[in-house]
Formats: sequence, structure tokens, C-alpha cells
Amino acid sequence: MRGMWVIYRKELADHFSSNRFVILFALITMVSLITTFMVGTSLKKELEGIARPSLVFMMLFTSTGDLFSLAQFIAFFGPLIGLVLGFDAINRERINGTLSKLVAQPIYRDAIINGKFMAGVVTIKIMLLSIVLLISGLGLFTLGVTPGPEEVGRVLIYLIISIFYISFWLGVAILFSIFFRNIATSALAAVALWIFFSFFVTFGASLAANALVPIDQNQGADAEKLFDHAQVQKAVSLLSPMKLYSDSTSTILDPMRKTTRSLILIGPMERVSMDRFNRPLPLGQSILVVFPYIVFLILITLICFAISYLAFMRQEIRSG
Amino acid sequence: MDTSKIVVEATGLTKVYGSKTAVDNISFAVDRGEIFGFLGPNGAGKTTTVLMMLGLTEPSAGRVKVMGLDPRFASIKVKQKVGYLPENVGFYGDLTGRQNLLYVARLNGLTDKVAHDRIDRALDAVGLKDEGDKRAAAYSRGMRQRLGIAELLIREPDIVFLDEPTLGLDPDGINRMISLIQSLSLERNMTVLLSSHQLHQVQRICRRVGIMIKGKLVAVGTIDELAKEKLGVEQDTFTLEEIYMKYFKEA
Repeated sequence: MRGMWVIYRKELADHFSSNRFVILFALITMVSLITTFMVGTSLKKELEGIARPSLVFMMLFTSTGDLFSLAQFIAFFGPLIGLVLGFDAINRERINGTLSKLVAQPIYRDAIINGKFMAGVVTIKIMLLSIVLLISGLGLFTLGVTPGPEEVGRVLIYLIISIFYISFWLGVAILFSIFFRNIATSALAAVALWIFFSFFVTFGASLAANALVPIDQNQGADAEKLFDHAQVQKAVSLLSPMKLYSDSTSTILDPMRKTTRSLILIGPMERVSMDRFNRPLPLGQSILVVFPYIVFLILITLICFAISYLAFMRQEIRSG
Repeated sequence: MDTSKIVVEATGLTKVYGSKTAVDNISFAVDRGEIFGFLGPNGAGKTTTVLMMLGLTEPSAGRVKVMGLDPRFASIKVKQKVGYLPENVGFYGDLTGRQNLLYVARLNGLTDKVAHDRIDRALDAVGLKDEGDKRAAAYSRGMRQRLGIAELLIREPDIVFLDEPTLGLDPDGINRMISLIQSLSLERNMTVLLSSHQLHQVQRICRRVGIMIKGKLVAVGTIDELAKEKLGVEQDTFTLEEIYMKYFKEA
């Protein structure tokens, strides 16, 4: 335990004093501030004249304004934080010749990887927390609405999901830094995986759906087939952590969303009756909707760390 | 031989990587307080042997005891008693020499007060007193090796394993390193196990040597014993180089 804390402290100090952290943090803060400001001003215009606007505070995170919403931005670029913090965690020590020295100290070997992972996660936590607080503060300024307890709860859950999401990518980066001896290789491999899962899985999903359940455009839509098609597409796209994340956070952040499904087959009468009950979901119900997503996201984060852990424990440590 | 004097004992130690036998059934013992030299060409299995003694690599067969402990099962206890200076020892370039030492001291569970005290003395002993607050990235090779020795000093182990400690140093650096290694044994009563292929220096400080070639330990003994056995001379006219070459050609 002692070794882990010492390594954790050093790694944390390294993160905070490193240039890459400063650059990344500056970039993300800047983008967050700009989007919030724009969202804030456009919201203000829209809300003019509405007597009792509801759920305004959450819109700070979900409203797209001119460019993109903050939640979308984190879904897109959040992984980069994890990757940048972890891609050279182990192989840099190996190249510097400090790894063989480190494992020769009277500490358990897992202290090294635990300490590094923990330091990364804490860095992510601090980064996200400060961004969310910044945005909330700026939102209070521009909009003048205070969040109620439910909104605070939603933001907190959003924060937790985001930490797991980015920690997953940190785990991937550390895993690659164990497998690849070359720093550039591990960085490129991690970025390639990020691009693949974030962008190509979505294309792959529609390809897979078209292949498995082809829908003939000329024939009339068969509800059964349409449904199957959507099911396949959804199942494949859930392989992407980004999809998991954005689906779960958008439901958490937007109480008007009652399902993660994109395609809902309902008849006109059904729609009318649904509209009658068009009230925001309470927080507990929102969580219930995305609970499987959250569990899955936490699961892949843990699995990823477990693989890194095992790989590192079994790896030969050679000085040369 | 009095067995309580033995601090490192290997019996039938073997390490196989795939189809290659890196260390082939070697047995030797090192006495308390002596300087033991591991000689052999590159790739002879010297580093692998050291790693097995530290419990960083599992032996394929045979066993090794360090201070009476098996490194496979009591790795932490062994590492508390053993200091290891790897070949090309690395330091964190962003940190100063002093900060590098402090990190190691903390990993060894020293309080900061004790650590600072020992770091001051260690830096003094290796002649880096004035360079302690420079970033390690700016250190020359000789300075890095001496910082490595300082690291061993603050840990105060019973045994130290030095892997090619004089490799790539200039003549002055080699001399300083050699006298530092000697002082570990003479002044601090540490047992020193060093691997090297620079025979001239090994001859100057080692009491006994083991010659390793292609994973096999072809000879163990004092330099005089080996000279008598291989060259048939008893006077001081031989060099370790001659003995070594003889073994090398036979292998």
C-alpha cells in the first residue's frame, strides 16, 4: 500500500506539472467556456417572455447553440484526455530505464500500475469537476437561474458517468503502453482505437443492419422488419463506448428523454396519449432508463484495467 | 565453508526462454562482505541471473537463496535487503538528482527527515554534493552511475547487485566508480555482486570471480585459483584477461 501511495503522489505531481496537461486543460476550458457562453446567450433570447421556464439549467449542457453542446464535446474529445494521460505510462519508464529500478524496490509490482491508474483517474476527476463547476457558474451569470436539487443530482451523475468514460480510455492507453515498447506506437494505436470505436462503429452498425435485415425501399415498410433493422443497428452501435456514453448522458441530462431508443414505432392515437403525459421524467426514472448503459460502461472500464493489470504483472522486466 | 557466512546461494539455477537456454544449470555461493565478479560476454546470462536473484524473473529450474530467503516467495523481503543497480540505470529527467533519491527513499518507506539526512550524506559520498539540485537530464553518464550508487547508499541494503557499473565511462569515471564500489564493501560491509566484461577493473577489486559463457558458469574461484588451474602459473604475472580468453576459447 505504501508503495502505491508514493507512486500515486509522484504521478499526480507529474501530471499537474506536465505541459500536455496544461495544454489539454486550457483547450478544454476554452471550448467549454465558449460553448457555454454561446448557449447561454441563445437560451436567454429563446426564453424571453416565457413566464416559468423549466429545466433551463440542464440546457446549459445539452443545448447545441451554434456549434455543439457541451455533452457532445466531452463525448467526442473526452477520450483524448484519457489517452493523453496514459499512453506512455509504462513504456516511458521502460525506455528511461526507471522501470527496472522501480520493480527492484521493496514494493509490490501492482503498486506501480495501481498508483499510475489512480493518479490518472484523480486528474480526470479534477479536470471534469472544475469544468462542470465553471460552466455552472457561468450559467448562473448569463441565465440567472439557480439549479434545484434534482438538477444538481443530474449533473453529479453526469459527472460520474463521464469520469468512468474517460477512465476507460485511460485504461486503454495504459494497456497499450504496456504492450507496445515504443511510445509513438502506443499513442497511435490508442488514437486509432479511439477513432475506430467513436466513428466507424456507427457506420459499421448501419452496414451490419443492412446486411442482416435488408429493407427494400420499394416495398412498403414492414414494421417487423424495420424493428429488427433498428435492433441490429442499435446492438452493434452499442459496441462503441462513445455511443454508450452519449446515450446514457443525454438521457440523464435531458429529463424529457424517456428512452434511449432512436426509433419508436407508435400509432397516431398512441402519440396523442403520450403527449398528454409529456412531463419530464424524475431523476430516479431517468437513471432507471440508462442503468444498463451505466453498468456496461463501468464494466468495460474495469475489464480494461483488469487486462492491463494482468498483462503488467506477467510481463518480463528487462533492463535492456 | 561456514554456511552462515553465505548470503547468496544458487543451486542448479536455470532459465529457459522458448528454445533458448539463457542460464544453464549454474551453482555458486557468495560470502558475506566479499566482492564477487560475474564475468562473461554480452548475452551470457549475467543479467538474467541477477534478475532471478531479485525475484524479478522466475527460474525455470533450480533455486536461489538470498539471505536465506527464496526470492520467488519472499520477493519484498529480499528486495528490502538487496539493492540493484541495473545496466543503464534510469532517472526521471524532469526531477533533480535529489528528488530522484527522495522518491526512492519514500518507496523504501523512509520518513522524509531520515531521507533528507541520508541523501545529503550519500550525495557527499559519491561526489555529487554540488550537482544534487540539477535536473537529472543534465547529468553525464558518470554522474548518473554515481547517482545510482547514492541511491543504493540511502537504502542501506546488505547486498548490492551491480550490472555493468563501469560500462561506457571514461577512465576517470571508471576509477571513481571502482573506488566507490570498493568502499561499499570495505566501509559499509555490503556484499557486492557485480557483473562486467571489463576484466581489468574486476581484477582490481574482486576477491572471487565466476566466468559465465553462453549461460554456463564455466569457472568459479579466486583469481589465483583460476590462474593456477588454467595457466599453471602462481606468480603475479598473469592477467585476468588471459584466464578469461582461455575459458572463452574452450567454450
